Amino acid sequence: MEGEKRNLGFAVRSMVRKKIDIQWLEQKAKEIRKDILIMLNKAGSGHTGGSLSACELVTAIFFAKLRHHPADPSWEDRDRFVLSKGHAAPLLYATLAHAGYFDRKELSTLRRLGSRLQGHTEYNLALGVESSAGSLGHGLSIGNGMALALKLNKRKSRVYVLVSDGDVQEGQLWEAAITSSHRRLDNICLIIDNNDIQLDGHIREIRSTIYPLVEKFQAFGWQALEIDGHDFKQILDALNSAEAIKGKPTAIVAKTIKGKGVSIFEGQVKYHGIAPSDEELALALKELGD
Amino acid sequence: MLTSLTSVQEGKEGLRYSGSMGIRDAFGQFLLEEAAANPKLVVLDGDLSSSTRTILFGRKYPDRFFNMGVAEQDMIGTAAGLAMAGMTPLVSSFTIFLIGKPWEQIRQSVCYMNLNVKLVSSHAGITVGPDGGSHQCIEDIALMRVLPNMKVIVPADGVEARSVFRAAVNHHGPVYIRGARAKFPIVMAPDYQFQLGIAPLLRAGDDATIIACGLMVTKALEAAFSLAREGISVRVINMSSLKPLDEDAIVQAAGETGALVTAEEHSIFGGLGSAVAQVLGQHCPVPLEIVAIQDKFGTSGEPDELLVHYGLTEKEIAAKVKQVISRKR
Repeated sequence: MEGEKRNLGFAVRSMVRKKIDIQWLEQKAKEIRKDILIMLNKAGSGHTGGSLSACELVTAIFFAKLRHHPADPSWEDRDRFVLSKGHAAPLLYATLAHAGYFDRKELSTLRRLGSRLQGHTEYNLALGVESSAGSLGHGLSIGNGMALALKLNKRKSRVYVLVSDGDVQEGQLWEAAITSSHRRLDNICLIIDNNDIQLDGHIREIRSTIYPLVEKFQAFGWQALEIDGHDFKQILDALNSAEAIKGKPTAIVAKTIKGKGVSIFEGQVKYHGIAPSDEELALALKELGD
Repeated sequence: MLTSLTSVQEGKEGLRYSGSMGIRDAFGQFLLEEAAANPKLVVLDGDLSSSTRTILFGRKYPDRFFNMGVAEQDMIGTAAGLAMAGMTPLVSSFTIFLIGKPWEQIRQSVCYMNLNVKLVSSHAGITVGPDGGSHQCIEDIALMRVLPNMKVIVPADGVEARSVFRAAVNHHGPVYIRGARAKFPIVMAPDYQFQLGIAPLLRAGDDATIIACGLMVTKALEAAFSLAREGISVRVINMSSLKPLDEDAIVQAAGETGALVTAEEHSIFGGLGSAVAQVLGQHCPVPLEIVAIQDKFGTSGEPDELLVHYGLTEKEIAAKVKQVISRKR
């Protein structure tokens, strides 16, 4: 039974890979963007900019890379996706709904009393949410723990951790970066959604010397790559490169645009933590098209 | 007067103990025993494995031992990830570094997700001694009690600790166990079995009750012994299970003895005294006196000197018992 299950997992992945081309992924990202904006507007609060900036990254991971079974979310051999930037919860929820973990209708409950879709993610395997988040800096340590356990139990699963520019400012992330490389966790892939803006302003004004990131991770013993985080070809190449390297974790520094996909939100500091109004939503949906 | 749950005996000159055992020594021993039977058990330590005794496990089971270096926030997060992937992590360090530094990681990454992570500290309280105030954590019980899902246990000695470690591993969810540097006199009987939420009664008495935890259980028994010589009959309860608290034992003691004293090697804020006061205030108001460390940090000195300096002695407890009895209506 266990063997059958595992085979099914790889079958799902290869099937997905064959069918999916970049155009398909671009269309999927667009649908997810629209759902993010609709759910944020309905909720009346939440984080627009950082949900949109990582849209291609998360779409690529879930629909072209992750070995998982939405119908069997606690399958032990699954790959794990840990969202460390918990304020991008709408992005994860929309993606999980599109992946088949739960009905898209539930997206409209975001941030409501009694909803499973908490304002910041809450650990819930049934939904496909692998970890709670909301306080920055935690995700890589958690991912490392998963990666250590997977290696200890001789499982081939991989762990993807998505962090923000804010996570990179937390000391814990650098403690964890040492753990990943010291323990040679080549099953860890860290993706940095480097949209260059935080709540109060641009990184260059607040915390300019978090740069250069690629060189920092290299100095910490990682393979580190810089890519355009909205270019599916570059994202997939980088994820493949992470899977290929042995004995080292990989950090993908993805240059992204905050609020990507909607002209009025792009590169705007103020849309870090503001939901779209009815007018803004109408404009955004028009821009994103059908 | 003493119950069968304690191994302490009363002599003419005073109390007699069967020996002493460090909680950390009991921990090192427990890990070795448990590891063979439980392949899910993993141990994390923050560069203090020779002090916390996890090194014994690390030498025998290097694949399941992670020395995380001086990075406690990462250590807690890593333990959370290990638990999420099905392991049972026991995390060990000095109390201040295990509980103080990564408190927010314990909140977000362990308790919020109700993960099966056990925190086993060493070097709690002022009995750390010469290392001084920076190392003498007297806030840990308060910091852990306030977290939903967390269980908080303060063993009275190495014998109880052994039983506590077993109970903690059998319980699914976060548990904090407080340990100390010093060896404590053995008070619990060898066949005693710790149960979460159950406070063992160590001595029967009618005039007042002393509720103590950790090292102060010994001091409470000493105080009760000397008070008995003056004709004052004192009940002694070992409240090792701080959370869940044995509220029934507290209410019963309040009803039957009408006056309570608590004793702990912890700040007066948020520890055993606060917990008992909360129960009394809500269910059974009777006079209460609290023996604890006042709103102060620790300082360098030998453990016995420090216990006197901060008023954590059998004499202080006995004085408080008399005081609380005088307040009875």
